[in-house]
Amino acid sequence: MSAAATTSHTGLPRTTATAGSAGRVILKRAAGSVFVLWAAVTLTFFVLRLTPGDPVTAILGGAGSSPSPETVAAVKAQYGLDQPVFVQYLDYLAGLATGNFGTSYIFKVPVLDILGPQILPTFQLAGLALVFAWAIALAFTLLTVGRGRVRDGIGRGIEVFFAALPPFWVGIMLALVFAVILGWFPVAGDDGFKSLVLPALALAIPLGGFIAQVTRSSFEEARAQPFVLSARARGLSDLAVRLGHALRHAILPGLTLSAWAVGSLISSAVVAEIIFARPGLGRSLVDAIINRDLPITLAVVVIIAAVYIVVNLLVDVLYRVIDPRITEKGATA
Amino acid sequence: MSVALEPTTARGSLAGSPRPGQPASSPRGTAKAAAALRKTPIGVWIAAALLAFLVIAAVVPSLLIRQDPFVIDPATAFTAPNAEHWFGTDQNGRDVFSRVVAGTGQSLLLGLAATAIGLVLGGLLGITAGVSGKWLDSAICRFVEILFAFPGLLLALIVIAVSGTGTVTAAIAVGVGTAPGYARMLRTQTLQVIASPYVETALSLGRSRSHILWRTIVPNVVRPLFVLATLGVGQAIVWASSLSFLGLGAQPPAAEWGAMLADGRNYIQLAWWIAAFPGIFITLAALTTTVVGRHLQQRLEAEV
Repeated sequence: MSAAATTSHTGLPRTTATAGSAGRVILKRAAGSVFVLWAAVTLTFFVLRLTPGDPVTAILGGAGSSPSPETVAAVKAQYGLDQPVFVQYLDYLAGLATGNFGTSYIFKVPVLDILGPQILPTFQLAGLALVFAWAIALAFTLLTVGRGRVRDGIGRGIEVFFAALPPFWVGIMLALVFAVILGWFPVAGDDGFKSLVLPALALAIPLGGFIAQVTRSSFEEARAQPFVLSARARGLSDLAVRLGHALRHAILPGLTLSAWAVGSLISSAVVAEIIFARPGLGRSLVDAIINRDLPITLAVVVIIAAVYIVVNLLVDVLYRVIDPRITEKGATA
Repeated sequence: MSVALEPTTARGSLAGSPRPGQPASSPRGTAKAAAALRKTPIGVWIAAALLAFLVIAAVVPSLLIRQDPFVIDPATAFTAPNAEHWFGTDQNGRDVFSRVVAGTGQSLLLGLAATAIGLVLGGLLGITAGVSGKWLDSAICRFVEILFAFPGLLLALIVIAVSGTGTVTAAIAVGVGTAPGYARMLRTQTLQVIASPYVETALSLGRSRSHILWRTIVPNVVRPLFVLATLGVGQAIVWASSLSFLGLGAQPPAAEWGAMLADGRNYIQLAWWIAAFPGIFITLAALTTTVVGRHLQQRLEAEV
């Protein structure tokens, strides 16, 4: 959500941090991330326990089956469901530490065996979508900002339009035009780069419109800065000023936005995965929710939250390296 | 969405209001409103007109519906858009235009309900954090930070996992999913209101704490919510229809846009119009509310 809020809204004057304190600050941030991850796992674990219905019924094949009490007891013991909830929780945490996400209720195999092959396709999809989104955003920014009222207006209008598009509809229309009618790309499946283009575009077009709105305003701000004027005074061409000076400053706010975008891409990849019949985490999550497969639901949530937290931490550290003026106060407010 | 709202600070104190702590409404309100109307860009007018059309379709669909949106007639299945069926017919011969119009109410209501739930939850967390002491404030902030660890649709999907599928749970899920963002914004907003001169005035006049909280702080925090809600509804409609599209929200044969799209996807090679038009309407709803909401936000900021 609020990418802007992570920079600063306190309005306090910032002080320059020394190198030593920067190291401490990063350590502190890392510790904070571990805490948030633990809290997120705990919250999800207990919230998912509230799911109505007995897990044993789900394990033994739905409400229609009528298992004997012995079978029920055996299944309970096998999945640790005979233990108190708190013991189950501690077991789960201990399992996580060794990379064990438990056993699927539906598939009766370790969760990681099912999710393992799903992780890479989702990351590939999200990664390419982020690249496309940035390409769209930068193209709009460079081609329309400060190039006259008409172009500026058109750029603005298209950005708002793109940002309002529902990704799943974009996906279906892209599939219709570029796969069904033109036949340039495969309609579905997971078969190399070509099959990745349309689903990535479906996610990238709305996101690109959104990022472009942010880079546009920071690009406009940067172009009004004294260093742009002095670069022009030194005789640099318009293009050189745009690329070398204004753009560099316009990209910085986009960096924080990218951390948010990665999270939102991974968690919304599900619509693209379903439209284009691709394997992936999102698809596994929706299937697990419908089938009430708690261990898989929990595992996907934990994996996505963990990736998101790590990406946020990395961007935070990167930001500090690029712009040491940012201090603890500004970053966590 | 990074929606940074400017606070409605300093209004009461500047106007020299006779009742401190309650920013007076401007006596020149009508004149100013008329001037603002003249300055409204054409794009906003178009968006407002389209939004009005959607609202009419939602409130009195019978004005626009040309056929019963649920009656099945296999004989006319997969008719391409023509003079009789503007948006064509679906696999069951149902008129797509009538179904899209009939779905407007549910889709808009879903978006509105989700936004309202998100604002209430976010408001409870954010305003409480803003007015509370250090301990409760940092506890709520931590909690919201944890919720932020579930990006995008994930929080909504967790709610669905617990409460099951359906229209009501979809609204709750999207509401919960948007609540952390609202909580963060409203906490900032509350802190800004508290720091404003008119709260100080009210304090120095010896008003009780609860009086200041309910008569001064809450109204000033809540007023810009109207704009925030307009901006949020578009996003909520897209999210809620995503859930229906995934089969987790409204279920067929409901004429909900996301569910219709999911239905039409299966026939995309045969009849593009079944999936295309509900999607256009989702886009329209999201686009018009964003454009109108943005405009209102700018007006609000200019007014301050």
